[in-house]
Amino acid sequence: MIRRWIVILTLLLAGLQAGPLAAQDLLPPAPYAYKQLPDPAQEAKAQALMETLRCLKCQSQSIADSDAPMAGDMRHQVRTRIAAGEDPEAIRQWLIERYGDYVSYTPQLSSLTWPLFAAPLAFLGLAGLLLRRRFRRSAGAGVRTATPQEKSS
Amino acid sequence: MIAEIGLAMLWMAAALALLQLFAGALALRPGGTALIPVVRPLAMMQGLLVAAAFASLITLFLTTDLSVKLVAENSHSLKPFIFKLAGTWGNHEGSMLMWVTIMGLGGGFVALVERRLREDTLIATLAGQAFVSLGFYAFLLLASNPFARLPEPAPEGQGLNPLLQDVGLAFHPPTLYVGYVGLSIAFSFAIGALVTRDVGPAFARAMRPWVLGAWIFLTLGITAGSYWAYYTLGWGGWWFWDPVENASLMPWLAATALLHSASVLAARNALRAWTVMLGVVAFSMSMIGTFLVRSGILTSVHAFAVDPTRGSFILSLLAIYIGGALALFALRASTVTEGARFAPVSREAALVFNNVMLCGILGIVLVGTLYPLLTEAFGQKVSVGPPYFNPVAAIFVLPMIVVMFVGPLLRWREDKAARVTAPVAIPAVVAAFVLFVLVLAEPQMKLLPTLGLGAAAGLAVASVIPLFGRNLRRTPLPTYGMVVAHFGIAVALAGIASDSAFSTEKLAAVNVGDSQQVGPWTIALTGIEPIAGQNWTALQANLSASYAGGAPVALQPQARSFSSPPGQRTESALKTRWNGQLYTVLGEEAEDGRWQLRLWWKPFVPLIWLGGALVALGGALSLLGRVIRDVTRLRAESKIAWRRERQGR
Repeated sequence: MIRRWIVILTLLLAGLQAGPLAAQDLLPPAPYAYKQLPDPAQEAKAQALMETLRCLKCQSQSIADSDAPMAGDMRHQVRTRIAAGEDPEAIRQWLIERYGDYVSYTPQLSSLTWPLFAAPLAFLGLAGLLLRRRFRRSAGAGVRTATPQEKSS
Repeated sequence: MIAEIGLAMLWMAAALALLQLFAGALALRPGGTALIPVVRPLAMMQGLLVAAAFASLITLFLTTDLSVKLVAENSHSLKPFIFKLAGTWGNHEGSMLMWVTIMGLGGGFVALVERRLREDTLIATLAGQAFVSLGFYAFLLLASNPFARLPEPAPEGQGLNPLLQDVGLAFHPPTLYVGYVGLSIAFSFAIGALVTRDVGPAFARAMRPWVLGAWIFLTLGITAGSYWAYYTLGWGGWWFWDPVENASLMPWLAATALLHSASVLAARNALRAWTVMLGVVAFSMSMIGTFLVRSGILTSVHAFAVDPTRGSFILSLLAIYIGGALALFALRASTVTEGARFAPVSREAALVFNNVMLCGILGIVLVGTLYPLLTEAFGQKVSVGPPYFNPVAAIFVLPMIVVMFVGPLLRWREDKAARVTAPVAIPAVVAAFVLFVLVLAEPQMKLLPTLGLGAAAGLAVASVIPLFGRNLRRTPLPTYGMVVAHFGIAVALAGIASDSAFSTEKLAAVNVGDSQQVGPWTIALTGIEPIAGQNWTALQANLSASYAGGAPVALQPQARSFSSPPGQRTESALKTRWNGQLYTVLGEEAEDGRWQLRLWWKPFVPLIWLGGALVALGGALSLLGRVIRDVTRLRAESKIAWRRERQGR
């Protein structure tokens, strides 16, 4: 069920835009939408990048996971640019300039997203603190003097 | 008529829940003992009534009663039987009715069988369960009535989304919901024990089977959902860190932590406050998940404007229940002391470490899921996806796995590291060996899959070490449960790492008669033919696949078209071998008459779901062992009581 709800909503949204979308659907897919690059090393590079780019017409799918025509076009863009020797991060930046931060699944460190990077550190720190307190307290007092109840258990 | 009866029963169930809440609350007051015998039967009656209401809705869907709004909007007379049945919960109102049904039946079941818990705590628990149910009854009756009629019956139903028309719909949502809502019992237990100040080992032993039960279903539900997404979406992905998936993962993480801390409380009377807190958190995560999915906030924060009642209704429920529980916890936390102490090298310490780590992952997933919603509210859209979650989760998971090598071998209270050095060395050497081989053989492999495979190999060995030197016949079932569940984690981890490290993909446009290579497979397209089902038509590719030149096997991926409502869906065809899975999808026809094929060879990928199933099996073994022990004990006790009575006479 999990993903299906999203798909329903997406379909509903898609219904609103049926006009332009239908016209778009009639065009044949771009050459590299459903075709891999001949060089396996370049294809691997493109694949790695595509897995971190969001399909803007879907919910929570990367462009490497989607049948949407727009995802196909973006795959074509990524593959042709990789084949032309562009750096994957440069392609990401180019896409972010066109579509905004939303297109990249890898959050870029910025004034907007720093809490995402601070959170794991904060949780690690908190975990460390909790554990230290817990163990220091327990090491300090009473490990060896069990209550009668504990002795019986 | 059936719709009206269903609605009436739903109202009566809600009224009984209200009665149950008040009777329970009054029974706990001094002088209210006369009300104690009423509470259990009330809970059972409420469960039966709400189940009957749910049965009425199922009947309406099975008979496709198109005068009922929900049926007309979500069903169709031509749908196959199983999707008429499962369509009952394939929509907002129906799934919420299923939610309260499970909640009511759960409470009724507790009232029927729970004998371990102190009487007053049980009464408080049932009152708590009624209190939580009431909110969801109100939500159904006031904001999402499933039994509403149309002014004029519709000529035909609008049908079910094609993506939902899969056997997965019959199993995955009910399993997951039993898990989600089962955690409400843990929540009510925590509330009950806080009210009566009864947080101790006996309470933990009573609560544990209920948490285990919910956790087993949650594990199965997540595993099944992941496999469903994998074979339906047609691109071979099995986990997307999608907010809705995260919403199911968060209660699981909390419940896993709760299960382990309840063990510490039961065995050692330690971690009292922590266990109660986790009981509150686990169900809170279920509710947050429901809020995320049901409010429509996920498509956009603005979905609130589309249906402001529902979103804000669930949000108020969240505030009342989570806020109320936390307030109660704050009031009573001082009376719930931390309990028995333990040394840094002890079974408890290992469990505490992994508890804290599980909560760390929970925190990360929660932040990563909610943060994009937060920035969107301020007009900035960002995406948080696998490139964020995978490495960050690994920071917490890898240390946990190392601790899992040691934890089950340690003694309670205090142990010496030297005592377990030798048995821990075995998995450590295995893990190091696997890492060494991988680094030598596959130098281009990425860091996380490499570490994952090493950790999985080590854990697989470490998980069975607790059985060494034991009399296997006398080893209690819960110990086997732990071994199987930990082994399952290793199996799933191996599948995950192997999928991301070794999968090979082939996208190709193929003429009929041509063949393609993917991994060790040679796949020939022998033909394309149209076929039709009960409510769909499809193009089917006939593929003949041979593994490393062996005998060919037939695969038939389809591209299906549904008419009511209109929609397309790819039907992938899979071939499972012991060492992996071949995944084939038929795409569109290209202009030159060639056919798009998408092919993947995914070595060892089925281990992911096999691992999930093993984890659930481990839970089931443990639950079985505890139930058997409880029943035996109850029998012995009643026998003793009977003898005493006879001697007394």
